[in-house]
Amino acid sequence: MGKTIGAVKVDTERCKGCGLCVEACPTGSLALTSRAVNHKGYTYCQQTGDSCTGCAACAIVCPDACLAVYRATRAGSNPTSHE
Amino acid sequence: MTREDIIKPENLVCTRPELLNGTQMHYCPGCSHGVVHKLVAEIIGEMGLAGRCIGVSPVGCAVFAYRYIDIDWQEAAHGRAPAVATACKRLWPDRLVFTYQGDGDMACIGTAETLHALNRGENITLIFINNAIYGMTGGQMAPTTLVGQKTATCPYGRDPEIHGWPLNITELAAKLEGTAYVTRQSVHNVAAIRRAKRALRHAFENSMAGKGSNLVEIVSTCPSGWKLSPIKANEWLEEHMLAYYKPGDLKDR
Repeated sequence: MGKTIGAVKVDTERCKGCGLCVEACPTGSLALTSRAVNHKGYTYCQQTGDSCTGCAACAIVCPDACLAVYRATRAGSNPTSHE
Repeated sequence: MTREDIIKPENLVCTRPELLNGTQMHYCPGCSHGVVHKLVAEIIGEMGLAGRCIGVSPVGCAVFAYRYIDIDWQEAAHGRAPAVATACKRLWPDRLVFTYQGDGDMACIGTAETLHALNRGENITLIFINNAIYGMTGGQMAPTTLVGQKTATCPYGRDPEIHGWPLNITELAAKLEGTAYVTRQSVHNVAAIRRAKRALRHAFENSMAGKGSNLVEIVSTCPSGWKLSPIKANEWLEEHMLAYYKPGDLKDR
């Protein structure tokens, strides 16, 4: 199995900064902005660091469906993939 | 591997379901309604019933449900959604007909319509969002409010001697002959959301197969009404709500 690596794209204008995704993320890859707000005045979530595995827990718990989760296999981490 | 390499259409694993349109939902941050809307939109899309589905929206916070999910909707007067759904299903038996109601709507003003529709065994699904409070009108006590729970109209906590006991409409429904599937779920974490999705799908399949009426209670949070942060509201739900409203299938015929 190659190591999976994920990325989260946030619809920041749709996000209401409830923080449920931050709580649900098992790798601590999401955080709310500390000062920046969207046009409705909500702080919004952002991906931080590169530990995301693309498990999609954040997107499943998000009440506003503002997260899109992508998952890929890191090239080179699986020895059999070079054959 | 850069972020741009990962964010490609072929790598997409989870996003907003197609039937949930781009309109921003009016719900408060962290409200369970959004999660349930998402599940309903996902299931109808997966079942391929988008063009053959009628939802009945209630009075309450979910009154605008028709703005968010791109299917046919009918608005009902307060509590009357099961009666309207009965008419829809009898006129169009090949349609998936469901109601989406809160606890004030279903367990208070619409108790008669709800129990009679369930007892008649109409082939509809009732989605019951139970947050133990009147969310839209400002957090007043509902029939489902827990004993001891403080609300705007019982600031010292619900006292059964004055206010009566919490009404457990799902337990009542399980006793009725007409119901095919009665279940109680929650959407406070990933595992619970997956279980709730399976339950909703099972209920929708039952109503399409003509097995009888189905009730899916979703024990939900109301962070604004409970005056808690969304994360604290989920903790409160786990500790108090699920202790009284125990999740699981009550009846599956």
